[in-house]
Amino acid sequence: MSPGPCESPMRPQPYVVRGVRRETHDVFTLELEPAGDAAPLAFGPGQFTMLYAFGMGEVPISISGDPAGNTMLVHTIRAVGTVTRALERCRKGDVLGVRGPFGTCWPVDEAAGKDVVLAAGGIGLAPLRSVMYRLLARRERYGRIALLYGTRTPEDIVYRDELEEWRGRLDLNVQVTVDRAGSDWRGNVGAVTTLLPRAEFDPANTVAMFCGPEVMMRFTMLALMKRGLQAEQMYLSMERNMKCGIGLCGHCQLGPFFICKDGPVFPYDRVKWLFGREEI
Amino acid sequence: MKTLEPILREHPFFEGLEPSYLALIVGCASNVVFKAGDVLFRDGEEANLFYLIRHGRLALELTSERGPFTMLTIGDGEILGWSWIIPPYHWHFSARAVEDTRAITLDGNCLRAKCEEDHHLGYELLKRFARILEDRLRATQLQLLDVYCPYPGEKR
Repeated sequence: MSPGPCESPMRPQPYVVRGVRRETHDVFTLELEPAGDAAPLAFGPGQFTMLYAFGMGEVPISISGDPAGNTMLVHTIRAVGTVTRALERCRKGDVLGVRGPFGTCWPVDEAAGKDVVLAAGGIGLAPLRSVMYRLLARRERYGRIALLYGTRTPEDIVYRDELEEWRGRLDLNVQVTVDRAGSDWRGNVGAVTTLLPRAEFDPANTVAMFCGPEVMMRFTMLALMKRGLQAEQMYLSMERNMKCGIGLCGHCQLGPFFICKDGPVFPYDRVKWLFGREEI
Repeated sequence: MKTLEPILREHPFFEGLEPSYLALIVGCASNVVFKAGDVLFRDGEEANLFYLIRHGRLALELTSERGPFTMLTIGDGEILGWSWIIPPYHWHFSARAVEDTRAITLDGNCLRAKCEEDHHLGYELLKRFARILEDRLRATQLQLLDVYCPYPGEKR
């Protein structure tokens, strides 16, 4: 069961910016704390909130922190539009509005006893970071865990320190690749699908979760199906123009689904007929 | 002395291949070691080998007037090179070891001769290389789409 928004889902709650961290030239992470005596937000991995930069507007942003964590609500954001650029200008002590959490969660509990493959593209690593926290908190419950992360260039890698820490663990297979790099880059070059041969898992007993551009997820799913995974073993996070967060306004409708309410996390077999269709 | 036969037999590339064919292929195989920075071959050179990477990492590079450009890295368990089977048998990129790398080379001249003698063997190898070609083609398509660029058309 996914945690739902408390009180009125349409009323933003004030949150104070407690930390700002620069991830890349256009990606940053905000740590937010409820103003006053308000309780921390309970959320599940995969859920999102609507962040309100007062006077500018609201944007849907995945929660990228630890679901079992402390009082901080963590969001990693790419500055690409008016609102996200306003959020980028936030400094410690500034106040933002937060609505949520909204949407469905990654099937972390359902993956217990199985191998887990996480494939992230670009800033799609943000919502899967919450999954990693949850998996690592109960590491003994899972089989092999592979995190495959692809991004554009070495300069676009987010969560560098954390990735390095995870790469050093013997109970994780963490692989990073970039689409293009200079000759000084010592890591992998190539699409995220090129990492799949390096991930060991039992295709009959694996859950795979993807987040990134849809075409990247589609190629990754095709590659995993060649390895023997079935559609019902794969989950993905869809992105559309979420506005209300509760399936009322219809801005994020995709076929019969409201991404904000029925998603953003879907089992692939539920949405595969919609995938890659231009006319929807 | 341990032969290369068990290593080849356990490699996914040769999975399901008849033992008699594997025995033929072992006759064309040898161990090689590269140090980080070594160049395995250069763009335009004659391609008479392919490589099974046992351990390490290789960068496949193209060179333009702006210098070398890495288009792909490959590592443990992966296959490098199909130009030995496609006339005129020339490499279309360069390969350089990024890390110390152990590999098995297979002699393309030797294999081509065996494939000409036995077309069933040739077809088995072609099927396996076609799968690698398809995987690399898909990966290259995804790379070319530049899907992580937030600003379409942006160059940086």
